[in-house]
Amino acid sequence: MKFETVIGLEVHVHLKTKTKAFCGCSTEFGSEPNTQTCPVCLGLPGSLPVLNAKALEYAVKVALALDCKPQEFIKFDRKNYFYPDLPKNYQISQYDMPVGLDGFVSIDIDNVEKKIRVKRVHLEEDAGKLIHKQEGSASLVDYNRCGIALLEIVSEPDINSPSEAFEYLKNLKLIIQYLGVSDCDMEKGSLRCDANISLRPKGKKQLGTKIELKNMNSFKGVRDALEYEVKRQEDVLSQGGSITQETRLWDEDKQLTFSMRSKEEAHDYRYFPDPDLVPFTLSREFIAGIRKELPEFPKDRIPRYIREFGLTQKEADIIVQDKDMCVFFEGCAAVYTQPRKIYNWLTGVVLAYMNDRKKNITQLDLKPQALAKLIQYVEEGRLSNLAAKDVLFYALDEKKDIDSVIKEKGATQVSGSKDLEKFVEAALKDNPKSVKDFLAGKENAIMFLVGQVMKLSKGKANPKVVKEIIIGRLSEDTTYGIK
Amino acid sequence: MLNTKTAHELLDLIKAGKASRDKILSDLKSRIDKVEPKVKAYAHLPKETDSAKQDSLLNGIPIAIKDNICTKGQFATCASRILENFSAPYDATVIKKLKEKGALIFGKTNMDEFAFGSSCETSCYGPTRNPWDLERVPGGSSGGSAAAVAADEAIWALGSDTGGSIRQPAALCAVVGLKPTYGRVSRYGLIAFASSLDQIGPITKDVHDAALLLNVISGHDEKDSTCADIPTVDYTSCFTKDLKGVKIAIPKEYFIKGLDKEVEDSVKQAKAVLEKLGATFKEVSLPHTKYAVSVYYIIATAEASSNLARFDGVQYGFRDKSSGSDESGQLISMYKQTRGKGFGLEAKRRIILGTYVLSSGYYDAYYLRALKVRTLIKNDFDKVFKDFDCVLTPTSPTAAFKVGERLENPLSMYLSDIYTISANLAGIPAISIPCGFTKNKLPIGLQLLSAPFKEENLFRSAYAFEQNTPWHKMKPDLNI
Repeated sequence: MKFETVIGLEVHVHLKTKTKAFCGCSTEFGSEPNTQTCPVCLGLPGSLPVLNAKALEYAVKVALALDCKPQEFIKFDRKNYFYPDLPKNYQISQYDMPVGLDGFVSIDIDNVEKKIRVKRVHLEEDAGKLIHKQEGSASLVDYNRCGIALLEIVSEPDINSPSEAFEYLKNLKLIIQYLGVSDCDMEKGSLRCDANISLRPKGKKQLGTKIELKNMNSFKGVRDALEYEVKRQEDVLSQGGSITQETRLWDEDKQLTFSMRSKEEAHDYRYFPDPDLVPFTLSREFIAGIRKELPEFPKDRIPRYIREFGLTQKEADIIVQDKDMCVFFEGCAAVYTQPRKIYNWLTGVVLAYMNDRKKNITQLDLKPQALAKLIQYVEEGRLSNLAAKDVLFYALDEKKDIDSVIKEKGATQVSGSKDLEKFVEAALKDNPKSVKDFLAGKENAIMFLVGQVMKLSKGKANPKVVKEIIIGRLSEDTTYGIK
Repeated sequence: MLNTKTAHELLDLIKAGKASRDKILSDLKSRIDKVEPKVKAYAHLPKETDSAKQDSLLNGIPIAIKDNICTKGQFATCASRILENFSAPYDATVIKKLKEKGALIFGKTNMDEFAFGSSCETSCYGPTRNPWDLERVPGGSSGGSAAAVAADEAIWALGSDTGGSIRQPAALCAVVGLKPTYGRVSRYGLIAFASSLDQIGPITKDVHDAALLLNVISGHDEKDSTCADIPTVDYTSCFTKDLKGVKIAIPKEYFIKGLDKEVEDSVKQAKAVLEKLGATFKEVSLPHTKYAVSVYYIIATAEASSNLARFDGVQYGFRDKSSGSDESGQLISMYKQTRGKGFGLEAKRRIILGTYVLSSGYYDAYYLRALKVRTLIKNDFDKVFKDFDCVLTPTSPTAAFKVGERLENPLSMYLSDIYTISANLAGIPAISIPCGFTKNKLPIGLQLLSAPFKEENLFRSAYAFEQNTPWHKMKPDLNI
């Protein structure tokens, strides 16, 4: 029997507001436990929540970006359940009048657009974090996370494969990152995803019994867990068995899901309107103002880049993954007429630098004009590719501008870099074993090669630069066996 | 003795150099030494160490605070075992305002546990007694505040009112009690019973003091989203000698079976006094009055069940030590043992009731329906206040009842608030003032209600009435 997979995703994202959703405490990640708390987020007797206007604004932004219908009235409700990470034993959430309803996220399946409907987007507060000490001793609670603004985005069960789920998450994350309202970092917990999955015989309308999947720590984890579940359920159903409704946890190490609890003990959360928070009316002007601020999203940006800048689909796909990179790219393209060259530099040298220094483009001391100038120098033959790379790295490290670096280093190090290249070539040629070792993963081997170059240059070379040139050389050149 | 004076009298005396703060305090303390063992108005007696800020407005005048209002560094236990030894780490907004104006925080008064009650008997510290008859209850839940003021153990006090908890004990103890408009006074720092009904308000020896106290504690607070950003007025400046042009409505639904004859007569005499002062009266109908008690006990318990969920032994207050908390089995047992032992009977009753009415499958039939009827009750009042300045009713259907008399019968206890509950549901202000005594010398109170944010209407009529009657001057004889 052939089965159809039906998946719905529940995504939680931390909104990047400076303060928590209902109090003035900082939301900084990684502080000492219980240092970012106050009577409100600790739920102390007598304290009252006051909505953070920024959190509401961010939530509305996401709702509009997901094409949700603008909601004129929104209210907050209490979701009642007991757990030690929830100091009030209820969570302020939204039940029947959330920030957003009926939106969608487009995904690309074999070059065909598919719309995954978004059922609802609602704003709520996060809970604290439980830390379990060694067996039997104690459980501790850290309330720093407690009260951080959390957006829950619930999809309709429109997703029909694990890879569609992966695409949905990727695009959702991109949209939210474009808005600048969340880091969407699954490893840091600023994005969490639970999945509902069921199988039904192909062609049947009635949905199968669903399984809730939790504990996935990356998008890949979500896809792997879903793939595992599809297979598991297929096996059970093909053998005439039936699926029991339950929650299963993904075990990343063992690459399998296991049962956590059956749904029989389903919660009655006793939602009711939170009497401490009055219902909000969102004016048309407020919504229009937010709509006006929405950035151009990838689905519009990709065709424009292909059209305006002559990028290929693949190149456009890559660059739109980073909105700041796009901004930089367009800034550069405005002053230099060869966008493809800019693209190559950005995704080559600049990206290599960013990855190495673990910085994003906005953290670099680099103006679009400066990169344009550098590319122009290369085009004019004033600098070799390698020298230009050196200049750029040095300029960025020392926070100096391109021209003064060229002037400063020009005579010795930069033109010397031509010599350096020669020395490097010689060192690589003379020491094939070290090259082999390095390529085999022995990182230390490179220090020997650097030493050889230093010897050849009689100590004039900058070992840091030498090391970079060698790495660049070994990763670029197929002679040495990579790619 | 300075402890028998009102706050505004003391302020005048201080200004004239005829009273000192030290003398006020020592008079209060010797009074407490004498009568507190009988009355038991305080849950936590005043601390010697407290001192007031220099500010001429309240000039160090001490004020007693109900034990459900947070005052930094002092107990705030709601008279419940589950909050035993809980000391508030911050000041409620009303306390902050009082301190800024130079008030001295003077002890925490007894109350029904979590303000659940009309008799002050459900306190974990034991019942407070009515200074007019020690065999009887002072009313509740702010019974400690009312008894302390009536027995001259406090100059004035703050209470809280969710369904009559300021006004009913004020009536039963012959003092003045005001429940302000919902949103007139910040609730920040008031340990919530029912968030959409709770208001903090004054319990005082006369109307002038109530107005003075409201001046200090009212106004917008950015820490409370439900606190209205509507300008306040100087409530002490709205007093007039007569009541010419004042239109007062008498709702027929309030004069029904269950209303004690002596109370009814007393309120009717009060009406005559007000008429003589120039007020005109007309009978009106508030047709949804009969649903008020049912609606109230659905909404109030629903909110309470959620508000009281936080008392679980995890972070603060009482935790049952016999239960562990590591694995989930033990966690559940900690919750059960802690809440089972920490809450009193009435608290448990209300938590169970509230949990029930919010449960899936019952929500629409109870909670949602109650919200709708609540709107109808509010509409009744809105209609009346289009044509009238005030509504006049008895505060309580009977004078003070005996300790233990209604404890076993919750329904009879709930009906003690039959006349006060509607004001909370409608969110409107209401004041109770002394209007006479039964032949057994038990106090009787009348209630005036007005449109939202029109407390000045209440003060005007109440003040004129007070100026022309002796009741607020009467003092209980405590046999000492």
